Amino acid sequence: MIKLYDYLLSVNCYKQRLLLSILDVPYERVDIDFYPGWEHKGAEFRKINPLGHIPVIDDDGYVLWDAHAILVYLASKYDPTGSWYPVSDPRRLGEVASWMLFAEGTTNTASAARLHVSLDYDFDLEACQAGAHRLFRVLDEHLWFQEQQGQEWVASGESPTVADIALFPDVALSEDGGISRLDYPALRRWTERVQRLPGFIDMPGIFPVAKAPA
Amino acid sequence: MTITDGRQTEPAIGPADPVAVDQWYALTALDEIPVGRAVRTKLLGVPVSYCRDHDGAPLAWLTQDSLPAGAPVDARTLDAPLPTMADYGYLWTTVGEPGGALFDIPETAEPDRRILNAGTFGIFTSGPRAVENFLDMGHLPFVHPGVLGQQPFTEIVDYQVEYRSSEIYAVNCLIFQPKAAAASTSGQMVNYTFRVPHPLCALLYKSTPEDDVRLDVIGLFVHPIDDGRVRAHLFNCLLDTVNTDGQLRRFQQGVLAQDKPILENQVPRQLPLDPDAEAPTRADKTSNAYRRWLSDLGMTYGVVASTQPGL
Ligand SMILES: N[C@@H](CCC(=O)N[C@@H](CS)C(=O)NCC(=O)O)C(=O)O
Ligand SMILES: [Fe+2]
Repeated sequence: MIKLYDYLLSVNCYKQRLLLSILDVPYERVDIDFYPGWEHKGAEFRKINPLGHIPVIDDDGYVLWDAHAILVYLASKYDPTGSWYPVSDPRRLGEVASWMLFAEGTTNTASAARLHVSLDYDFDLEACQAGAHRLFRVLDEHLWFQEQQGQEWVASGESPTVADIALFPDVALSEDGGISRLDYPALRRWTERVQRLPGFIDMPGIFPVAKAPA
Repeated sequence: MTITDGRQTEPAIGPADPVAVDQWYALTALDEIPVGRAVRTKLLGVPVSYCRDHDGAPLAWLTQDSLPAGAPVDARTLDAPLPTMADYGYLWTTVGEPGGALFDIPETAEPDRRILNAGTFGIFTSGPRAVENFLDMGHLPFVHPGVLGQQPFTEIVDYQVEYRSSEIYAVNCLIFQPKAAAASTSGQMVNYTFRVPHPLCALLYKSTPEDDVRLDVIGLFVHPIDDGRVRAHLFNCLLDTVNTDGQLRRFQQGVLAQDKPILENQVPRQLPLDPDAEAPTRADKTSNAYRRWLSDLGMTYGVVASTQPGL
């Protein structure tokens, strides 16, 4: 069984829980006392990931770290439809890779602001917020154009991909870092679509949406 | 602490509110404070710094240019340190003259208690808003569904609010909770007592899955950075022989992370003390008592003062 080294309030860990839930893959959680225990920085945990980061998965002895790399692995291995990581479609795959790199940016700005506000991480709050707004504007515009073409997700195609999972928590929890989404209507509609996916689970701080009309 | 504070003089530093200034505040959990290295923060808008001495004793002082964040600190050369206390696992300090000891939590003397800081989280809200949310049972089924409440069990039966030696007590507050504590294995009716012994500290006592008589004690100790931003400490004093510290913390932190966006969406960030200022929520008897109590104390920091005469 997959072991996920996890912290409830980590966006990067939540990305894994979300995809695992959507794909309906059973896994075992190993709770890391991230804050205030800083267990992931300890010698024991560094034997698992010398970088001292979570999430990490251990799938029957195969150990992998880096949130977005884990998403790629999980989707490739456990999604029989091949739609979450569309290897058979080079164009879509390129888009997925591009938006996952973009998500590194939202993590380093929007989610960094959240860590500063919540846990006193030593980041420049205003710089993080300004950076997040720059990226949210780009994403909002992109999603608006997607909608004009009848597309609902970040990458083109009928169904969501790991890029949506990689971006969702940074966006959905942005208010925690004092980043309002009032000015990004397409972004708000997209977060609601993600929240209506079968198998969606939330994490504390994400407001549930009303169930979709039947 | 007395209800009527006859003092007329303005505090030497900090906001012009002797009620807020003349209090002890928990800055950080002792075991999260670096030894011999300055940490900077604000208390009631006043820049203060703190660390632990090499023998572990807490130190706090008004921030000075000569000691930037991370600078090595030597207690012997620190001029004009602020008074500090090490209580309940936190460093407490003040920028005023509290003139008294901290409130007592007798349960902390019981040897089998699990006493820990479940976490300290920054929130864009005022101290009184944070305390009011902690006291409000009505929000539990809506904000913490499946854990501290469950729809449709949202009705709160009437309970008593009392004042005992200038503290607020709300007793016999009953609510159905699907998962009342990390140690819970099933839903149960839970009996709460809420206690407010300090303008920005509140405690709750609730039945625990592990003991028929004694109660779990959970506290919210607010560190007001300024009147719109706080750090909230979640104090735990629990009866639990099952869960690790990490598991206890996971439970409490998950709850707090659900409250954060609720608090941050409240407008204004300061708590209106006028009883008619906000539509009454369900079961807010304790919240109302708290608002009235703050009015009677004359607290003006982090609140929107009541305009109603004769309170
Ligand atoms: N690039 C890593 C970063 C993961 C990361 O930053 N994880 C956070 C928790 S959300 C962590 O472990 N932080 C510890 C640190 O940054 O030192 C990934 O994508 O997994
Ligand atoms: Fe709450």
